[in-house]
Amino acid sequence: MNVQAPALQDPRLNRPEPFTPRDEGFFQRDRSIHPPAHAPGYKSSVLRSPRQPLLSLENSASEITGPVFGHNDLGPLDNDLIRNYAKDGDPVGERIIVHGRVLDETGRGVPNTLVEFWQANAGGRYRHKKDTYLAPIDPNFGGCGRALTDDTGYYYFRTVKPGPYPWRNYVNSWRPAHIHFSVFGSGFAQRLITQMYFEGDPLIPVCPILTTIPDKDALDRLVAPLDLNASTPFDSLAYRFDIVLRGQRSTYFENRTAGN
Amino acid sequence: MPQPLNYLKETASQTAGPYVHIGLIPAMAGFDIFEKNFSNVLVTPNTQGERITLEGKVLDGSGTPLRDVLLEIWQANAAGRYSHPADRLAGAVDEEFRGWGRAGSDFDSGLVTFETIKPGAIVDKTGRKCAPHVNIWIVARGINIGLNTRLYFSDEEAANAADPVLNLVEPPLRRKTLIATRSERAGKVVYSFTINLQGSDETVFFDV
Repeated sequence: MNVQAPALQDPRLNRPEPFTPRDEGFFQRDRSIHPPAHAPGYKSSVLRSPRQPLLSLENSASEITGPVFGHNDLGPLDNDLIRNYAKDGDPVGERIIVHGRVLDETGRGVPNTLVEFWQANAGGRYRHKKDTYLAPIDPNFGGCGRALTDDTGYYYFRTVKPGPYPWRNYVNSWRPAHIHFSVFGSGFAQRLITQMYFEGDPLIPVCPILTTIPDKDALDRLVAPLDLNASTPFDSLAYRFDIVLRGQRSTYFENRTAGN
Repeated sequence: MPQPLNYLKETASQTAGPYVHIGLIPAMAGFDIFEKNFSNVLVTPNTQGERITLEGKVLDGSGTPLRDVLLEIWQANAAGRYSHPADRLAGAVDEEFRGWGRAGSDFDSGLVTFETIKPGAIVDKTGRKCAPHVNIWIVARGINIGLNTRLYFSDEEAANAADPVLNLVEPPLRRKTLIATRSERAGKVVYSFTINLQGSDETVFFDV
């Protein structure tokens, strides 16, 4: 079925508008705080790492724009991992709240952005048909959720603390307890996937994936501290995890186009 | 000593791991949880533009297709407009086209597919016309930071030859790693692509 593109012509085509700072897009990414593509201690990276230098591009509309999500994309239980897959009771494990802000490098909150998260259950087993670890599947735990940040960039969700688990890197490699995070930001160039770790986990310094990060401070920023003030007495402990996306030369708000 | 600038630092990337499907496309992980799922189908019956299928594989350094990779695409609509307020240069927004989709590769074949429309040409900030293209972002186990690349279209030879980004690629021989090949299959337009993570045909990846 071929449907021909009808003429959606905009009279502004080929007529550049006056300069505004946001035309300049995002800050240059500081790659020294990210893991290098080729990190032989993490063996899977050896065959999956590009070896040619990346081609550096100035930001264009392809990079400063990105998908826009709204509350219509989410269900009411999406940020409650204790309830969103419960069949006949609560999941097993320590009940926790994870919360924080999505910021950019200038410290501004990134509003209305989609944050997705996924994790193993309290025994260290993922609900995934390819996970064969001997810990049991929890019938009441799916292990994924999502949230939209509010207008200050704040997000939160409720879950159980994931367990550590072994994996095939070295014979005795173990992942520290962690939660995967996927964040969009306001432009596709801000797209980021990372992992949050838990304060005090003794597996953190020996994890071959975490130690791909060359910068000690950058590594420490992935470790969420216990936040007793945000805990719910007689219910849940809380961990705080702020996520920083690339800086924007200017933040665009649809309802406030002037002054950007 | 001058005043400190006090910028924060971007959070370090970590691999999406082998179980990225759980969070982002849970049906592929083997369970149904969300009321509304994101998918590899970008079109509705009312989306404007020429229907196309993008079909490809991501190969590792040994030439083996990745069977646990996740791709996201981001593209303009048929009139060359991104569905985002920061795009001010191009045509009208199509309410039936968000322009974004995600897909996991098939666990057996490694094949990745998207159902979408062919994007229109966009204009860069200096007024130069860019060839129609689809932006791609790739994550998987063993990929420490998501890889950015683009797909251009084999039937846009003149536009590709004039494209300001393709023309930055040196040596010119590597430009072909960004071009998807058009064919027709049972009346459907299919663009086929191969992304090579390493080797003599390594795909051009971008620092955007």
